[in-house]
Amino acid sequence: MMLAGLTGDECRQRLANRGLLLKTGPFTVRVRSDIEGFTRLLRQFYGQFPVMETPAVADFHVRVLRPGGIRRWWRPQVQFLLDGQSPFQPFQLSHAFPLFEWGLNWGIAMQAHQYLMLHSAAVERAGKVLILPAWPGCGKSTLCAALVSRGWRLFSDEFGLVRIDDGQLVPLPRPTPLKNKSIDVIRDFAPDATIGPAFHGTRKGTVAHLQTPDASAAQAHIPALPGWLVFPRYRAGATLQLKPIDKPQAFLKLANNSFNYRLLGLQGFQAVTRLVRQCDRYILSYSDLDEAIDTLNQLADA
Amino acid sequence: MTANRQYGNHGTGILLTALRDPGRMIDFGLDEWDLLLRIARRTRLLGRLAVIMDETGEMEQLPASVRNQFAAARVFVSQYQRTARWEINRILAALEGRDVPLVLLKGGAYILAGLPPSRGRLLSDVDLLVPRGLLDSFEQTLLAHGWESVKLEEYDQRYYRTWMHELPPLRHPGRFIEVDIHHTITPLTSRLSPDPEKLLADSIPLTDSRLRVLQPVDMVLHSAVHLFHDGEFINGLRDLVDLTDLFQHFGKHAGFWEELVSRARLQGLLRPLFYTLRYTNRFLDADIPAAAMIATDDGAPPGPVLYLMDNLIEAVMLPEHPEFPRHRRAVAQWLLYVRSHWLRMPPGMLLQHLARKKIMSWRHRKAAAETVA
Repeated sequence: MMLAGLTGDECRQRLANRGLLLKTGPFTVRVRSDIEGFTRLLRQFYGQFPVMETPAVADFHVRVLRPGGIRRWWRPQVQFLLDGQSPFQPFQLSHAFPLFEWGLNWGIAMQAHQYLMLHSAAVERAGKVLILPAWPGCGKSTLCAALVSRGWRLFSDEFGLVRIDDGQLVPLPRPTPLKNKSIDVIRDFAPDATIGPAFHGTRKGTVAHLQTPDASAAQAHIPALPGWLVFPRYRAGATLQLKPIDKPQAFLKLANNSFNYRLLGLQGFQAVTRLVRQCDRYILSYSDLDEAIDTLNQLADA
Repeated sequence: MTANRQYGNHGTGILLTALRDPGRMIDFGLDEWDLLLRIARRTRLLGRLAVIMDETGEMEQLPASVRNQFAAARVFVSQYQRTARWEINRILAALEGRDVPLVLLKGGAYILAGLPPSRGRLLSDVDLLVPRGLLDSFEQTLLAHGWESVKLEEYDQRYYRTWMHELPPLRHPGRFIEVDIHHTITPLTSRLSPDPEKLLADSIPLTDSRLRVLQPVDMVLHSAVHLFHDGEFINGLRDLVDLTDLFQHFGKHAGFWEELVSRARLQGLLRPLFYTLRYTNRFLDADIPAAAMIATDDGAPPGPVLYLMDNLIEAVMLPEHPEFPRHRRAVAQWLLYVRSHWLRMPPGMLLQHLARKKIMSWRHRKAAAETVA
C-alpha cells in the first residue's frame, strides 16, 4: 500500500493517533502530527512510498507538533521530536515540512551506524552508482537534481548508505531540497520537474523541494554497487574538467566526508578502502550543467 | 510475580523481562520490539541487549528491522570501548618510566579486566584511583602531555579540589572522553569515609601489570557508593545491571558474600550495600543469598526513609513509556539530587554551595542571552 492509497482522512487519522508508518529506503519512520499543512506536503512528497501496517518496528519515532503556551497563538511555531526528544529549536509553523526533512536527516546521521554513511548524493545508471560527495558550495544537490531529471535513478541527495557486509549502496530517495538560486536553475533545466512551495528565511536561505521521480521511488528497495566517485566543484565561468585522482587522495577525501568513518573503526577503514578500489575516481570542475551531465553520461556509457 | 504484571503500564516491564531473562526476547512480537528498542536506547542498554542476544546464538531469528538496530548499537559500543582503551593507553604512555599504581574504576575496569558488565557497555569517561600523595604530580604529568581541565570556572576548580573525591575532569583536545582522577571514593565532606589506602593496598594487577582493578568486594562497594551516594541516577538502571552482573560473576566464589558484608561493615558502607542488594534483587532478580540480605539489614534506613527511597528509586530507575512520561520522575530525580548533596556535605556548606551554583547559572544565562542578542 502506498501513502497515496490512503484518503486524506485516513492519513490524518493515522498521523493523529498511533502514527503513520512510512517506509523511506531501508528505514521505517513512525510519524505523528496534527499540522494540516505538513500533512498535505507529506502526502504530496511521499505519496509514492509504502506505508506499513501495525505492528511494525520503527527505526525512527518522529513527532511534528505545535508547542503549547503562548507560541501556539503568537507567531506560531513547530517542533520536531525524535523519540520524545527535541534536537532543534522550534521553527516557524509554516516551515514544518523542511523541519521534518532536516530532523529525519539528523536522526539517520546519528543512528544508522549499520551503514557507512557518506555525506553524498548518489544516482544510478546501468546498474552502477555514481557518488557525488558534498563539498562546501560544490553544487551537489543541483547536479544530482539535474542528473535525475535526465534519467539517472535517484538514490539519495544527502546520504550514500554503504552496506558494511557487501559494499552495496542502499537507496534512500527522498525529496531533494533545492536552495536559493538552484531552485530557478532546476526549474529552467527541467521544466517538467515537480517542485514544491518555496520556504523563505530558513537557516539555509530559501528552500524548495524537488519531487522524487516515480521510477526512482518504485525501485527504492533495489541496491547497487558503486561505480564512480566524482567530487564536484562548481565555479562560475570555469571550463569543464574531469581530472582523475589517485586512490589515497580519494580515500582521504571520502573518509573526511563520511558521517561515521571514525565511529566504525576498522569496519569504516575497510568499507572506504573497498569503495575507493571499486570506483573510477575524479574531480569534476564545471560551470555549465549540460556540459557536466554530458561528461558524466559519457563516463557511464564508456 | 512477573515483571510485566508488576510494572506493565510504564513500558518498564518489557525491558526488565529482557534484562532478567534474555531467552524470552526471541518470543517478542513486533510491537514489543518496537517499544523495547526505544526504551533500551534511552537507558543506554541497547548495546547490552545486542551483545546478549548475540551470545544466545539466536540473532538470526529476529526480524531484520531489529537486527539492523542492534548492529548499529554494537558499532556504538565498539567505538566507546575502543576510545576508552586508547585513552588508557595514552595515559600509560604519559606515565612511561614512572611508578604510579593506576587503579581503574567502573566501566574502564570492567572492560580491561574482561568482566561481564563490559558486555555492550557504553562509557563516557575513564575513572582512575590514584594515591592522594601522588595526585599533584600525576595531574601535572597529564597536563604536561596535553590534557586540559574541563571545568574552568574558578569556583568549580576550588569546589573539586577542596571538597571532592576527584580532581576536575581532564580531557585531551581532539579526543572525546574525559579522565576523572579520584583519590578516594566518597567526597571528603561526606559522612561516609571509607579508607582509600585499604582499597589501593588490596587492588589486583591486570595482565598488563601497570594497571590494577579493585578487588571484587571493593569493586562492588565502589559501584554501590557511586550509584546511591554520588549519583544523579542518569544511568541508574545500567549501573544496577553492572552490579547484578558482578554478583553473578563473583557470587559463585566461596566466601564472597561473607567478605562483602564484613568489608562493607569495616569501611562503613553498609547502607549503600543494603540498597544495592535490595534493588538489584527487586528489579533484576539478582541471585543474592538470604544470609547476605539478612546480614545487611542493620544497614537499612529507618522505615519511613526506606519507604520514600523505594518510591524514589523506582521512579528514577525504571524507564517511562516514551509516549506517556510522568511528572513524578522529574520530581524524584530532583529529590534524589538534593539528597546526594545532603549526603555529600554538612548543611551549612550545602546551602552555601547551592547558592553559589544558582548565582553562577544566572550569570551564565545572562551572558548567554547577551551573546545571542
